[in-house]
Amino acid sequence: MNNNFSIIGKPTAMIDAAEKTTGAGKYTDDLSVPGMLAGKILHSPYPHARIKRIDTSRAEKLEGVVAVVVGKDAPNPYGILPVGHDEHALAFDKVRYVGDNVACVVAVSEAIAEKAMELVDVEYEVLPAYFDPEESMKAQSDLIHDNKPGNLEKDYHHAFGDPDKGFAEAVHVAEARFIANEVTHAAMEPHSTLASFELDPHTGKLGRLTVWSSTQVPYYLQHKLSLVLEMPMSQIRVIKPLVGGGFGGKSEVIPLEIIAAVAARKAQAPVKITYTREEVFWAHRGRPRTIIDLKTGIKSDGRITSVKARVVQDGGAYCSYGVVTILYSGALLGALYDIPNIQYDGYRVLTNKPACGAMRGHGTVNVRFAFESQLDELAAKAGIDSAEIRQRNLLMPPCITVNGLRVQSYGLPECIEKTVERSGWKRRKGKLPKGRGLGIACSHYVSGAANSIIRSDMPHSTVNIKIDRDGGVVVYTGASEIGQGSDTMTAQVAAEMLGCSLSRVRVIAADTDLTPIDIGSYSSRVTFMAGNATLRAAEDVKKRIAAAAAKKMNCPAEELVFRDDLVFKKGSVPPVVKKDQAEEVEVTQAGASVSGRVEGQILRGSLQQKRKDEGPKEWMTFEEAVVAAIDFHGALTGTGSYAPPQEARGGKHKGAGVGPSPAYSYSAQVAEVSLDEETGEVTVHKVWAAHDCGRALNPVSVEGQIIGSVWMGMGQALTEEMVWKDGMLMNPGMLEYRSPSSVESPEIEPIIVESIDPEGPFGAKECSEGSLAATIPAIANAIYDAVGVRLHESPFTPERVLAALRAKNNSKRLNLTEGVDPTAPARFREHGGSLCFKGKGPERHALDPARREAPAAARGAD
Amino acid sequence: MVAARSSPLEAGIVKKELIELKINGRAHELAVEPSALLLDVLRQDLSLTGSKRGCDESSCGACTVLVDGVAMMSCTLLAASCQEQDITTVEGVSEHGSLAAIQKAYGDWGGAQCGFCTPGFMMTVKSLLAENPNPSEAEVRSALSGNLCRCTGYSQMYEAIKSAIEAERQGLAAAK
Ligand code: FES
Ligand code: FES
Repeated sequence: MNNNFSIIGKPTAMIDAAEKTTGAGKYTDDLSVPGMLAGKILHSPYPHARIKRIDTSRAEKLEGVVAVVVGKDAPNPYGILPVGHDEHALAFDKVRYVGDNVACVVAVSEAIAEKAMELVDVEYEVLPAYFDPEESMKAQSDLIHDNKPGNLEKDYHHAFGDPDKGFAEAVHVAEARFIANEVTHAAMEPHSTLASFELDPHTGKLGRLTVWSSTQVPYYLQHKLSLVLEMPMSQIRVIKPLVGGGFGGKSEVIPLEIIAAVAARKAQAPVKITYTREEVFWAHRGRPRTIIDLKTGIKSDGRITSVKARVVQDGGAYCSYGVVTILYSGALLGALYDIPNIQYDGYRVLTNKPACGAMRGHGTVNVRFAFESQLDELAAKAGIDSAEIRQRNLLMPPCITVNGLRVQSYGLPECIEKTVERSGWKRRKGKLPKGRGLGIACSHYVSGAANSIIRSDMPHSTVNIKIDRDGGVVVYTGASEIGQGSDTMTAQVAAEMLGCSLSRVRVIAADTDLTPIDIGSYSSRVTFMAGNATLRAAEDVKKRIAAAAAKKMNCPAEELVFRDDLVFKKGSVPPVVKKDQAEEVEVTQAGASVSGRVEGQILRGSLQQKRKDEGPKEWMTFEEAVVAAIDFHGALTGTGSYAPPQEARGGKHKGAGVGPSPAYSYSAQVAEVSLDEETGEVTVHKVWAAHDCGRALNPVSVEGQIIGSVWMGMGQALTEEMVWKDGMLMNPGMLEYRSPSSVESPEIEPIIVESIDPEGPFGAKECSEGSLAATIPAIANAIYDAVGVRLHESPFTPERVLAALRAKNNSKRLNLTEGVDPTAPARFREHGGSLCFKGKGPERHALDPARREAPAAARGAD
Repeated sequence: MVAARSSPLEAGIVKKELIELKINGRAHELAVEPSALLLDVLRQDLSLTGSKRGCDESSCGACTVLVDGVAMMSCTLLAASCQEQDITTVEGVSEHGSLAAIQKAYGDWGGAQCGFCTPGFMMTVKSLLAENPNPSEAEVRSALSGNLCRCTGYSQMYEAIKSAIEAERQGLAAAK
């Protein structure tokens, strides 16, 4: 492949950067339409209750209230996964978590809607609730969903190779329980949806629906709206304005998106609903609290022989992406290292808490924390350097892993090498003063799921390109810009392929009426899949331009080069050169200067005339070539699409659809931390993060994504945690949730590694998720290096660190790695050990198991 | 059950009052409830939607505006209390139809990803640089600590701020 690119590979400001820095860009809540009303959602105060009666009449009588919407206004169930249609727009018969959606008041102002909410009378019958996944699995009665016995959403049991034989061959074996507590996306933009119906000119009734929403998946939203509203998809237009961050929290249909549409239908007027920050926490769909019982065996040379993982996820009250999450947790044990034998038992459990869903590094993060921590333990046991043990377990791609994942480009070796080198690992590891340490860990992620959540052979991305007579290029893509740089990537790929300048390209994205289908911004699929579709669409239209230009230039089309807004014959000297190449190439063509911007417009005609007189030429401007093509073909358009190849779609076992990807990104990280043994406070000083992104199409963006992932991983490692009490979230605010601020954020040195994937657009793979998972274990391993304690539960709060230090000091002879660690989290602790909640949670049912246990537990605690 | 339709006044919704706000150098006369928050007035009454609402409790900084040059969180500021003060919002940052140095730099250096926090950062940085034109990295970090960003990890913002300071300096030098 030609490495001499003119657009990609150069640090480029995002094409929408000015909209963002000036405040001119519109996010959903910034929009308004005439006659728009405000919607407010009434939430359940109980974790599990039957709704016996809802009386909305008092609320409806308040002046300014237009409608009150309840469950029976939209009875069709939905859910993001076809196997998980267990949600309703508004609670139908039961509420299943504190914050579940009960009713929606539509009024002329938010203030009136809020007042009216107090006037909605709901009578509940409180039911026993389940908060601990392992307790929940034992449930006999009062199930959260009647069709899910034992409150088990789904369980999978996979064995690849011969795990027991693998353990028999092992020289060192480690086994421990790890817990990663619940975290959430907390994107800065609270979810918002504006829904508006048009009147149909033929029927005179409500007709087409337009929905503006903060979503990562406009086409899935269109699909679910059509299910719930019983309208054909063609009657629903979903538009995604700017989105203020998603991280997975907007990658499925969030209740307010459906509620707004149902409310607009009932109120017969446009309705906007925007969540408060607290509601965003209830809507959640974040990373579930995960219990991981992990066992790993290695030979004396450090080679992994076998891995056994039992994973229990506290999924919350609805399926959401749960089935996919629990599968990712197992599948992504593969494709990072060469592991010959894997046993995986995964349980996705329902509890009476907000539903968990997909979050950056979907499914892999918590298991990776456990695995990389345990590998570190084993390295110490075997007397092998922690970086070295990872190098001894590398895959030999191209290959297919034991669990059916195809790996081609594999930059992990270089990632490890680079981080080790930059961090001074060999010089400094183990030699830092007491209380300071270095830790290493690796991770990986899919560049797009090879199988769509709605099974079909349809392409995952399609892109249309239209080129106008003056050389303006418009790219129509369904891909969703959520801040990760999707639109800029699209423009760059199109401009590179067409050899035109970036400023010629305009991107129209994520509007279901205008743009061809793209399944959305999730599973880090956009660069790889929408990028490939853009590339193909550009190629398609370029072929047409080349054919027309070749005719004018009297040469075969294959001989033409498109670059820097020119079309010229291969080997000939481009007439207009960029400044930095000026010394090398002489400007030879007369008339070259007239292709400059302003003169070009005026003189284009006379230039064309002149060139006509002169006969066939060595070169043309991009505009001239476009005009030639339009004169020849009529409209100048191109289409391209992308579907993952069959070989990359995974094995045949049950659940094999999740985990396969056309390409995997790789990351290796070294973290440097210090720890105050008095306070238990951990400080991360620096993280060196090498990420194999295939090829960096826009290095600023790639670095930004790496830094952002590492930073978010650090948040999960040190401070972020959803703290629960009787199913009530104790910290639903940005400060209480403890999202790190600039003073708590370490220096992060991103290192780009380019493995040039054979199938990626220009060799590119994902760069937005793969780095997150390595950060948590890198910090955990650095803590071990600093003070010799291994933390089994994240986040590593001062309380947990102190408990582990105390345990180590009090019982020097206990081997903490053999499963007798007194600080090892054995069972669910509601407070997560972080915050001390003294108040009373919501009322519990008399038969609630937690309630029966409570007095004893309370006595024990005092 | 109430028979007649109750009025919003009965429900505790209060009558509006006339206030005058000076925003980005222009005076606006507005009728607002005494309890109206500056952020809501900016966004809803004046359609100045550049200032964002990321929370409701002074915890995220997305709503930061300058009040007489001081960075304030407009989500917890009563609009009526800002009369006779100079309010600057993100819409007032770009200069003479072109991006201010800090706006250009945030774009170039990746200081904005999703951009939702960016208007707040623009205002905070502006007030920082007005007070301290050459801040150390530690000073920048502590000045930014009231503004949260979930995308960038802040690192690229420091680069952007450095380069904006440099650009300003060169601009000034060129003007002399
Ligand atoms: S919206 Fe004002 S601080 Fe968050
Ligand atoms: S850029 Fe997204 S929150 Fe800061």
